[in-house]
Amino acid sequence: MAVLKVLVIDDEPGIRSGVSRILNNFHVTYPFMDEDYTFEVTEAATGEDGIRILERDLPDILLLDNKLPGMQGIDVLEYIRKRNYDIVVAMITSYASLDVAIRATRDGAIDFIPKPFTPQELKSSIENITKQLYLKRITHKMKQEGKKIRYQFLSVLSHELKAPLNALEGYLRMMQGKQSGELIDDYATPIERSLQRIQGMRNLIMDLLDFTKIRLERKEEKIQEVRLSDIASSSIITAQPYAIQMDVSINLDIRSDAIIMADPDDIEIVFNNLISNAVKYNKPGGKTDIIIESSEIEGILIISDSGIGISKDDTENLFAEFVRIKNEKTRNISGSGLGLSIVKKVVELYHGTINVESTPDVGTVFTIRLPKNPVNIT
Amino acid sequence: MNKSDFTILVADDDPDYLYQTVFSLEKEGYKTIAVESQAEAESVINRIKPSLAIFDLMMESDDSGFILCYKIKRKYPDVPVILATAVSHETGMSFTIDSEQERAWIRADVYLEKGIRPEQLDQEVMRLLKL
Repeated sequence: MAVLKVLVIDDEPGIRSGVSRILNNFHVTYPFMDEDYTFEVTEAATGEDGIRILERDLPDILLLDNKLPGMQGIDVLEYIRKRNYDIVVAMITSYASLDVAIRATRDGAIDFIPKPFTPQELKSSIENITKQLYLKRITHKMKQEGKKIRYQFLSVLSHELKAPLNALEGYLRMMQGKQSGELIDDYATPIERSLQRIQGMRNLIMDLLDFTKIRLERKEEKIQEVRLSDIASSSIITAQPYAIQMDVSINLDIRSDAIIMADPDDIEIVFNNLISNAVKYNKPGGKTDIIIESSEIEGILIISDSGIGISKDDTENLFAEFVRIKNEKTRNISGSGLGLSIVKKVVELYHGTINVESTPDVGTVFTIRLPKNPVNIT
Repeated sequence: MNKSDFTILVADDDPDYLYQTVFSLEKEGYKTIAVESQAEAESVINRIKPSLAIFDLMMESDDSGFILCYKIKRKYPDVPVILATAVSHETGMSFTIDSEQERAWIRADVYLEKGIRPEQLDQEVMRLLKL
């Protein structure tokens, strides 16, 4: 049995005591959860009081009225967002105006409980919030525990490998049963799709090899002088056929060439992945600019594109394994979801940094800084 | 009633699974509506009442299927729902809908692991539609 701390900020005493009464005898169970959750409610009549309690108790859930005597609910939300508290907020409000709803959602409120509410309505919302909280924390915990991540990596990998096999099996059974007709032409779509899934699986396997190579290989004997412009040129040649097909131009601008100590294969992996992404997530007629710069101690690579861009929320998870940004603009683009996690691993291996800036529908800029003489590469 | 009197809503972000499922259902004679996302499925549900729905669990978000089950059951309590997934066991997320408690949460009538044969799927659909 775990206890979640709930803070209710509302100037109406009836609402506050109602919430306390309903939640103090309520518990949430969910098939995914290890244990049941119960609730402990604290009440505040103003935003100012609420913030004092927030700082003292660090509650898990906040039920927040927007219309308060002094400080408004929206201000409390903003306060929380600025301090990055790990808290889930639901607004309790009578007839939220669209404007308030939009602002509140943008500032992190995940639910709206209309006032007046029945006990059942409050309970449903709390169930939903508890589930979200649980999923959020379990993900966070898994990220902290390397071991579990590896297990999760294998499990997700097995799913990614099984999906194309399921698709192929389905199509072959359709053909075996002659379900679309007698002629081979009746199966044009299944054949085309099967070939695409095979290509996707081949890419995944290639990425996987890169991924394990970075983790397992002994580095010392492979380290040599690597000229970034050489790697850039050869990566551009690799990406060119695809770029022509996509009608995307690739330009190389060597402002000051850099020679760094590294395994050239590793650096090529970085260039190949970033350039192919810049082409893949671009628009017809778009461009990809590759800039190479050099400081006294670092080689700097800047790859920008005029593509579909990435929203702020999505950039947070961008480098995680098997993360693919799913939206209307990416639905026809295939990928293993490993490319950027590989890039990040290489950059970290060489004690470099990677930075991404993006504006949806305008484009994305990746900046990578690699030390010229990295130490302790293991 | 004939199979052609029923419209089945299928939501899955794997275009091949969607194509194959719809193909086998149409081959059996059902009408189908195919969508590739939770958002599209919601807009369909808002416009029409399907006879039955088949939802993939993980689409835009990891729990898209749960949310769709919840929403469709709130709007049309009598529409049977099949929740299909290929991932549950591998990720360590294990659940069934055998107990009352779980049923209260996961508002699906049947939970299916992906990779089922078209005949099995048709049997489940016929059972749920009482054919």
